[in-house]
Amino acid sequence: MPPLLDVRELRTEFRTGIGVVRAVDGVSYTVEEGETVAIVGESGSGKSAGAMSILRLIPDPPGRIAGGRVLFGGRDLMEASDEEMRRIRGGEIGMVFQEPMTSLNPVLSIGRQITEAIQQHRGLDRAAADKRAQELLTLVGIADPKRRLKQYPHQFSGGMRQRVMIAIALACDPKLIIADEPTTALDVTIQAQILELMRDLTRRLNVALIIITHNLGVVARYARRVNVMYAGRIVETGLAEAVYHRPRHPYTVALLRSVPRLDRPRQARLDPVEGQPPDLTRLDEGCAFRARCRFAIEACAKSRPMLEPTEEAGHLAACFRSAEVGGLTGAAA
Amino acid sequence: MTDALANANPLLDVRGLRMHFAVTEGVLRRRSIGEVKAVDGIDFTIRRGETLGLVGESGCGKTTTGRCILRLEQPTAGKMLYDGVDLAKLVRKDLMAIRRKIQVIFQDPYSSLNPRMKVGEIIGEPMKVHGLEPDASKRAARVRELLGVCGLDPQFADRYPHEMSGGQRQRVGIARALALKPEFIVCDEAVSALDVSIQAQVVNLLEDLREKFGLTYLFIAHDLSVVRHLCQRVAVMYLGRIVELAENDELFDHALHPYTQALLAAVPVPDPSVEASRAFRPAMGEVPSPINPPSGCVFHPRCPIAVERCKQTRPETREVRPGHWVACHEVH
Repeated sequence: MPPLLDVRELRTEFRTGIGVVRAVDGVSYTVEEGETVAIVGESGSGKSAGAMSILRLIPDPPGRIAGGRVLFGGRDLMEASDEEMRRIRGGEIGMVFQEPMTSLNPVLSIGRQITEAIQQHRGLDRAAADKRAQELLTLVGIADPKRRLKQYPHQFSGGMRQRVMIAIALACDPKLIIADEPTTALDVTIQAQILELMRDLTRRLNVALIIITHNLGVVARYARRVNVMYAGRIVETGLAEAVYHRPRHPYTVALLRSVPRLDRPRQARLDPVEGQPPDLTRLDEGCAFRARCRFAIEACAKSRPMLEPTEEAGHLAACFRSAEVGGLTGAAA
Repeated sequence: MTDALANANPLLDVRGLRMHFAVTEGVLRRRSIGEVKAVDGIDFTIRRGETLGLVGESGCGKTTTGRCILRLEQPTAGKMLYDGVDLAKLVRKDLMAIRRKIQVIFQDPYSSLNPRMKVGEIIGEPMKVHGLEPDASKRAARVRELLGVCGLDPQFADRYPHEMSGGQRQRVGIARALALKPEFIVCDEAVSALDVSIQAQVVNLLEDLREKFGLTYLFIAHDLSVVRHLCQRVAVMYLGRIVELAENDELFDHALHPYTQALLAAVPVPDPSVEASRAFRPAMGEVPSPINPPSGCVFHPRCPIAVERCKQTRPETREVRPGHWVACHEVH
């Protein structure tokens, strides 16, 4: 069976005053039905731009999807008409964004915003849509749904607004939800509630989930597979367990070593990734990480390494020295 | 909460600190409809040379506590004895002098630096204002020295903040805080806006500076992992009150207050095997409004072990083990 989502060589560029930024630079990955895949990376790594490109939500100008294919349910979304894309967004693919306050319309009641999605995508009448909206609020753990549907976004807390966003994302029985930093703006206990809710619902309803985050802990707790991004590319991909315990790309190694851990007593010093993040307008043909890399050799300046398989199935790394990286970190992890 | 023997001579001794804000309604005829008890009677000390972590979620009062110490707010009640001097009672003239000793590093390196000033001017300005280095060329030399101390190229003095990355800007904020050779720095979410790889660099820098200059930090943060790494002691706040305070390992390994336990359980650890083996149920409900906080123990509506008494009486803060303070009726 083909995967639910198959992204191939996706490329997205932004034209800026100082040059073209290749925000997404040849990204390929798949998502199986019902699977949770995390895309992890720091600011500017292209993790959000990549996900927005799947939905063709890149503002043009200054952005432009420069190439690649996105196969979803047997269609190439890059070839779909605008009308088809509108049906897919919020229909077969649900979306949850970081800031629920800006993704909800402040002057429309919560009920109106949920029923609108249902009516548009499913052609239900008003009464049926209302009933469905009540069911959805109950599903996402909002008590007293009848009263809450009449209220406006500002009457909801940040956590409750994010629950509403999840309800809207689920409104039309999607096969896939793309969640872009869904809990970054929330407090830690609320973050945990929302993530547990998303995990519970996606499992129960067999919805696949792409979760985009900078939080390595969230990935470890919730994702089956993970793609690590750096400077517009996936530098390592595999089962979360494999990538965390047997990282094969120097950036993954450095990232994991630089985070302080709640479950470990204080060490003398953290081991940071040295140097500054790359200037995306000035990337050359070499590996974008090499300036900060402890493993860099001459070859790294000449060409960018491709994602290559390691000896573990489904675990790939884009580094000329990934075998040596594995040899050095395998024991430590 | 002061233990006279253990903290023979704390640098800062906060007692019964309260900061209440009036909540008003109406545009033309303003009238008070209540008050927010942002900080509602807290006690803690900070020892010379230590880093005290102050953690909690949005609205718990941790930032307001820092602002009171900096006297950006005039507290409603309580004492803040800094080296024996009550910061709460200082008038304008004395404030200037104390601000040489107490500095601040803010969260957002994007908005806390004046975009129209060059980095050199930003760092040099406090020295100018306080008349510490009136000579311009000496001041410039000191700015270059501070940039170097903070791990930046001295040539950055001629740049503008927008020409720098987030991590570099936060280093400028740190250099500015150091310009007056302070003793005590309030770090308010000082590394929260930074990417993981850069955050570790700045955390290390803060530790190095503390050792090098004998600094004392109040480290206000919501990220418990960073606090575990950086702080000697940690105080946990909830709705304006300190619910638990203990030495670092004691707090993280033997948390006693149900809120602290919920908070720690909510933080995912970057290790899939550890996560797979962790039983976890998120804390129920949300933080109630501080305008009409719950009676008794403010945590009781969300607390898994609350009993009748918790609804009626506010729990005293008790020292249940040496140096480990908890405000909970049900912890013995």
